[in-house]
Amino acid sequence: MSSAPAAPSDDHPELPGRRPASAVETSSRDETPTETAIRIAGLDSWYGSFHALHGITLDIPERRVTSLIGPSGCGKSTLLRWINRMNDTVPEARATGTLQMGELDILARATDVVDLRRRIGIVFQKPNPFPKSIYDNVAFGPRLHFRMTRSQLDERVEWALRKAAVWDEVKDRLRGPALGLSGGQQQRLCIARAIAVGPEILLMDEPCSALDPQSTLSIEDLIFELREQYAIVIVTHNMQQAARCSDQTAFFYEGRLIEAGPTNQVFTRPRQKRTEDYVTGKFG
Amino acid sequence: MSRETPIETVRLEPIPASRRRAIERSFRILCTTVSLLSVVLLVTLIGAILFQGLPRLSWNFITGMSSRDPSKAGILGALIGSALVCITCAAATLPIGVATAIFLEEYRPQRRWLNVLHRQLELLISNLAGVPSVVYGLLGLSAFVHLFGLFGTIQEPFFEIGVRRYHQYESEADDRMILIPAERDGAATAPVAGMTVYTSDLRSFALRTIDQDAPRVEDPKAARRTIRLGTVGSPTRRTAWYYLRLPFGYTVLAGALTLMLVVLPVVIIASQEAVRAVPGSLRAAALGLGCTRWQVVRSVTLPSATPGIMTGAILAMSRAIGEAAPILLVSGVLYLSSVPKGLMSEYTVMPLQIFQWADDHEREFADLAASGIIVLLVLLTLMNLSAVLVRQRAQRRLH
Repeated sequence: MSSAPAAPSDDHPELPGRRPASAVETSSRDETPTETAIRIAGLDSWYGSFHALHGITLDIPERRVTSLIGPSGCGKSTLLRWINRMNDTVPEARATGTLQMGELDILARATDVVDLRRRIGIVFQKPNPFPKSIYDNVAFGPRLHFRMTRSQLDERVEWALRKAAVWDEVKDRLRGPALGLSGGQQQRLCIARAIAVGPEILLMDEPCSALDPQSTLSIEDLIFELREQYAIVIVTHNMQQAARCSDQTAFFYEGRLIEAGPTNQVFTRPRQKRTEDYVTGKFG
Repeated sequence: MSRETPIETVRLEPIPASRRRAIERSFRILCTTVSLLSVVLLVTLIGAILFQGLPRLSWNFITGMSSRDPSKAGILGALIGSALVCITCAAATLPIGVATAIFLEEYRPQRRWLNVLHRQLELLISNLAGVPSVVYGLLGLSAFVHLFGLFGTIQEPFFEIGVRRYHQYESEADDRMILIPAERDGAATAPVAGMTVYTSDLRSFALRTIDQDAPRVEDPKAARRTIRLGTVGSPTRRTAWYYLRLPFGYTVLAGALTLMLVVLPVVIIASQEAVRAVPGSLRAAALGLGCTRWQVVRSVTLPSATPGIMTGAILAMSRAIGEAAPILLVSGVLYLSSVPKGLMSEYTVMPLQIFQWADDHEREFADLAASGIIVLLVLLTLMNLSAVLVRQRAQRRLH
């Protein structure tokens, strides 16, 4: 890896599926509507005979953070896992309804999940770096999908690690084991790994629940940074987190979408009684 | 139930601490005794074998061939036989075993009825691990030795490559053999002067023949190329290193495949355990990055599971090397005069050799059996030790 001291330009020339930097707004919270990245309409889902999601209708906007909140078992993770078809690996999981990314019908049998998952990255609850070097972890995705020269790959790895705000901590030990990093660093490495393939959307399934408050804060800062370029969907149990770092909030209860709207409104002026009870901590 | 006194006021009789301690102590004594018992048993066994076998154990024993003379007999033939069978068996078992384990673990079907079938398959394989090995010996005998009789008999195989048949004549000089190529069906070609024939090391030359009543050829060089018309040749054959025939017959290949049947379930189960031990989160990470199933297997599952698979495979091979019963059925050799050279050689293995020595009515052969057991035990210990080392190294690498 080149040890260029100057930070590379934020915009990576070889990255597919990214918008020009000029389209990026300022990083303050902005609830003005943007185009829809993912359209969900009338989505029903089952695990065997268990009806996990009932007629979910929700638009995921571009360049915004959408948080899915609700008590355990309410279906928010299920929804997340349908967006990039991770539920394919669950036996007897099925879904009906509309789940569209632009013109692409995500749920269609003919949809190429490999390409879909390149375009929609996912970060899991527990940091799960591969037992390989830090470099190989980030290079894993690009190696799968693109023919790249060595230097292109080096550049890409550095770009992704900088983007995930972990470059300064790992730049001297890129060949060291990823499992030697702290939990928070591992999770940022996982985010770097996810964005290295150039996704358009990032799904995060409780990305901070296994981390200490300090690491949580750094991940939240990172999410705030990343929203300038990606549509982010984050599942969280932590209401403060949803309030802090999301633009849109959707509250789920027992497989139904109870309420969705701008985060400010959901937390300060909820329309539904159950939402109010939940966000004020009366249950859940 | 009605109570006369409220529960708070019932005085409970405590179990005395001394009684608890006594039970604790006797249980510990029981455990110690039982484990000591097995140690004593093992030490006695090994001691008896060392006492009986050590005096005969020497380099000559390890490098010696079978012999009817107990003072000259050695274990080399069986040692090489065991090694050949074991390596061939590993080469056949590992790909099939690992592929099956990966299919069972990584390619679970989504549909319910297929999933039920899948689980039945797993159950079946675990049952196979419990089948007595002699049963596999019988299966190997018909499946590999005779190939179910589909390809003729061992004596008259249907298919054969890498073999040439000759008729063998004594030369006039009487000091070496002359080989005349024979037809496929073994029919002899009549010796004719000038025809190309071979010495026993397959160097060709032109044959000279002389009349039945001709005087003896004096020049030794000429005599070596000469045969007398009317001498009777005997059929013989030379096989190349790649010699193969169907059915396999009582050969190393048939033995190795039979042992494959014995250890395959063990290898599959061990590999399945190893594959299952790979955290699901790594699989999810790889799938989430857009891996196909095969890419997940190649870049995530296999690298993490390899140490476990290797450990299982080594332990399975040490079981294979100790098996006598199935080999008894598919070896068919009671007395081996030469070291097996390839997959199509006749062979014996160490446990079988030991069995035959122990069965001999001469006392000296029983001592040989003990020496053979020592060699086998050393080999097994080395293999198990290497399995432990592989596991330890893998554990160090992951942390």
